[in-house]
Amino acid sequence: MIPASFDYVRPASLAEAVQVLTQGGEEAKVLSGGQSLLPLLRLRLAYPSLLVDVGRLGELHGIRDEGGHLHIGATTTHDEVVRSPLVNAECPLLALATATVADPAVRHRGTLGGSLAHADPAGDLPAVAVALDMEFVIYSTSGERVVAARDFFLDYLETALGPGEILTGIRVPKLGPGWGYHYEKFHRTAQAWATVGVAAAVRVSGANGGTRRIEEARVALTNMGPTPIRATAVESAIQGTDLPDPHGPPGTDPVREAAARADENTSPPSDLHAAPDYRRHLAQVLTHRALLTAATTP
Amino acid sequence: MTGEPAPGGHEVGAARRRKEDARLVTGRTQWTDNIQLPGMLHVAFLRSPMAHARVTRVDVSAALRRPGIVAAFSGADLAAEQGSLPCAWPVNDGMVIPEHPPMAVDMVRYVGEAVACVVSTDRYKAIDALEAIEVDYDPLPAVLDMTEALKEDGPKVHEAGNQAYVWKFAEGDIDAAFREAPVVIERTYVQQRLIPTAMEPRSVVAQTDGESFTLHSATQIPHILRIMLAQVTGIPEHKLRVIAPDVGGGFGSKLQVTAEEVLLLLLTRRLGKPVKWTESRSEGNLTVHHGRDQLQRLSLAADAEGHVKGLRVDLLADMGAYLMLVTPGIPILGAFMYNGIYKMDAYDFTCTGVFTTKMPTDAYRGAGRPEATFAIERLMDELAHELSLDPIEVRRRNWIAHEEFPYTTIANLTYDSGNYEAATDRALSLFGYDKLRAEQSDRRDRGDPVQLGIGVSTFTEMCGLAPSRVLGSLSYGAGGWEHASVRMLPTGKVEVVTGSSPHGQGHETAWSQIVADALGVPFDDISVVHGDTAVSHKGMDTYGSRSLVVGGIAVLQACDKVQEKARHIAAHLLEASPDDIEFTGGSFTVRGTGAGKTIQEIALATFAAHDLPDGVEASLDSDATYDPDNFSFPHGTHLCAIEVDTETGATRIRSYVAVDDVGKVVNPLIVEGQVHGGLAQGIAQALFEEAVYDPEGNLLTTTMADYLVPSAADLPDFVTDRTETAATSNRLGVKGVGEAGTIASTPAVVNAVVDALRPYGVHDVRMPCTPERVWRAIQETTS
Repeated sequence: MIPASFDYVRPASLAEAVQVLTQGGEEAKVLSGGQSLLPLLRLRLAYPSLLVDVGRLGELHGIRDEGGHLHIGATTTHDEVVRSPLVNAECPLLALATATVADPAVRHRGTLGGSLAHADPAGDLPAVAVALDMEFVIYSTSGERVVAARDFFLDYLETALGPGEILTGIRVPKLGPGWGYHYEKFHRTAQAWATVGVAAAVRVSGANGGTRRIEEARVALTNMGPTPIRATAVESAIQGTDLPDPHGPPGTDPVREAAARADENTSPPSDLHAAPDYRRHLAQVLTHRALLTAATTP
Repeated sequence: MTGEPAPGGHEVGAARRRKEDARLVTGRTQWTDNIQLPGMLHVAFLRSPMAHARVTRVDVSAALRRPGIVAAFSGADLAAEQGSLPCAWPVNDGMVIPEHPPMAVDMVRYVGEAVACVVSTDRYKAIDALEAIEVDYDPLPAVLDMTEALKEDGPKVHEAGNQAYVWKFAEGDIDAAFREAPVVIERTYVQQRLIPTAMEPRSVVAQTDGESFTLHSATQIPHILRIMLAQVTGIPEHKLRVIAPDVGGGFGSKLQVTAEEVLLLLLTRRLGKPVKWTESRSEGNLTVHHGRDQLQRLSLAADAEGHVKGLRVDLLADMGAYLMLVTPGIPILGAFMYNGIYKMDAYDFTCTGVFTTKMPTDAYRGAGRPEATFAIERLMDELAHELSLDPIEVRRRNWIAHEEFPYTTIANLTYDSGNYEAATDRALSLFGYDKLRAEQSDRRDRGDPVQLGIGVSTFTEMCGLAPSRVLGSLSYGAGGWEHASVRMLPTGKVEVVTGSSPHGQGHETAWSQIVADALGVPFDDISVVHGDTAVSHKGMDTYGSRSLVVGGIAVLQACDKVQEKARHIAAHLLEASPDDIEFTGGSFTVRGTGAGKTIQEIALATFAAHDLPDGVEASLDSDATYDPDNFSFPHGTHLCAIEVDTETGATRIRSYVAVDDVGKVVNPLIVEGQVHGGLAQGIAQALFEEAVYDPEGNLLTTTMADYLVPSAADLPDFVTDRTETAATSNRLGVKGVGEAGTIASTPAVVNAVVDALRPYGVHDVRMPCTPERVWRAIQETTS
């Protein structure tokens, strides 16, 4: 539990950071809150020769309203996200999911950008990013580029970030009124990684008392493959269906039927906490619950 | 001041806050890893990545060339002096005790076994240099499954074979009990392997001046360790001082003579410099001795009314690769507890100790008794189900009635006292048993996807290890007495030296309460010294819920001697006969007169020694050694209500009631804390924790992301209460509480899980009852 030796730099500006990082090449890693990277170093599962600590760069920190979306600086901590009035008003799903990350100590140190750039498929936030079509702002010596969430996560712990690139912020779209949200996380202990998680956002039409219809749904899965997975089969199956009347006679439940397609095109891992077939089953059950909760909490 | 004043002038029974906690909780104390000595070097161990292999070459020369490396050794380098790690419990004459070199020489038998070490000026450099050590292994097959291991032609862990011993106990006519029984319940339960997770990792610092040696270790057993290390290393006992500074938890895992303790003594002897080693958590998961790991094959015979007639227990107990300090004895401790609180005509017990290529097992909170209690409490629920009886009712029909104590059980223990009726009635009332049963029935009728289960555990256990004669009859290597010294200082303050070395239990507070009452001195005027063999010269240390039951009585006896001598001196000074002296509230008074002296005045007068009775030594010091006549038998009734989400298999404990009878209580806060921690650990076995080896013998649960230790967020609010049936086997009437929660809760929780799943035809879920296992149990019976 002691890391191999490495060099450590704390640049004074983003410009300096990308310069140092570029010089470091493949062997350099960006350090933010350290809650994912340091355990890997301590277990000697990663051997970077240089850590570039961006954790105290003011320009990477903070949450602001940019009109159609929120911009959340990469080094904004989980705790700041959870407590942000802006996030809670414009994208409560992100606040909800972030509140389930690990424990309070980790949430005070760990950062949104760090968690997304680490791209652990068992992490909660990548699925939220994919479900909501967030955008990733990336900076390097050749300037800024923006990558859509669906193009950001490439494989297990692998992202579109190239050598010399730093994730500086995340654009979180405002979905507007009529959307309900839920993050359904299944884990064995409060501090454990998600066995499976489901991020869901649904737009429901219909007045009180009348038939309520799901006009649109966005669903993404945590830990059902090497990357977060958008459950497109569920989304299209549920689009335009009427929500079952909770007081009506039992019959076919279109939400459950749609949720049964949650494990399509997934490749769930096998580990000590769950075998793939059980994860597939969980994905269906949890998607059903996530959709129902999302549909009733706008 | 520490906490509230005591009620009624008595300290014993008062909810004193623990006087040691401020320094323990803030860390302003000396944990072993805090120790910094001039010139101290750091040790790192290279550990085997192979479960079973011949070691054909170890080359440390490249490591020696690394920066900051002072020395590096292979097992062969140390072979002539390292001896064999001791096993102090040869359970019978035929037992195989394999050589157990602290550092492997030519064979490795589990992943994590040390094969080489480096010594450096810097801990980081030491760990880096491990990568430069070259080791060639000639792999041999891993031996992981006990049943497979016992087959004749399979791979052998040791030349003598994989069977360490077979130990039997029988009482009554077991064949008759089963022949005539209309009901026979047969079950096989798996006691999964657990990893003790003390908050403080193991840590060792060794130093020498060339002649004498001092070993600091995060150990539960400084006294036993000193004797054992003297024997293993050849360092004479009087030249070896062992110090357990404040120790942050053990749960049995620090009741051990470890390879690292031996090797650090050898290294400081070779190098002449102080050396330190502190394990990482992953290193600890691999190499702290593990707990449990038994296969229990059980059959219970009963009549049609649910009266138990006989019990057969056939155990396979995984020893791991070697026999450590008390490895083989752990399942034997359970042998006397399988009958629980119940009467029966016949009992037959067989335990086969089996070698595998895994980390050795040894004591872990409860040590044999949790396994036994789980078995009988699960069987009682199965019996109730078989006969369509309420699980409480079937227990009532079988337990020893209050008026039957003292009662000699089928396992030949004499339970001195108990009141199972009172504890059970109290628990049922706190729990709201009938209401929860009604809710359960309603959920079953509705086909609610969330089912409710109710689990019962009416347990007892044996504490206060132990009467030395009993230990002798079980071939244990030492006695079970405990020692205490009490010294009154000239200013009237008191120092208590205890041989029972604490690692979080709160001895300093509890002992102070006992002494305050016995000598009539204020609680805050007492300090308790422990853990250093140079200061606390005798002791049997802390394990098996023995400290209060044995060590507490030794403290009381040492107080008696001080008080008696002080009375003698007081009589002399007051010019009265000792028979006319009364001692109350810390004052000696002449009966019928106002004349008197406080014990503090006597202490000062004794120090001055100007006017002592003839032949009386000028001290108010005493030593006492207490050896109990019997064990003590705490008991209680625990009830658990659990919600099982049948769609996901997730479980949630809805309520948990623990009514414990630990006899007289010295400090209710300490008792409460022990029960809470114990419950957490027992529930952890039921629902969360399991050490998992893969088919090659690699431990998969080396981090706390894989080995799931529950936190407060995963546990319910516990409802705890007590009944108080005094032990008759000791003067304080105490029974011990260190392990009760752990022993009781595991079966209560699993019984609840199974109870929730009865409508699905489920009769068992293997521990830990993970969501996946619960879900699969439902799938298997309903598909």
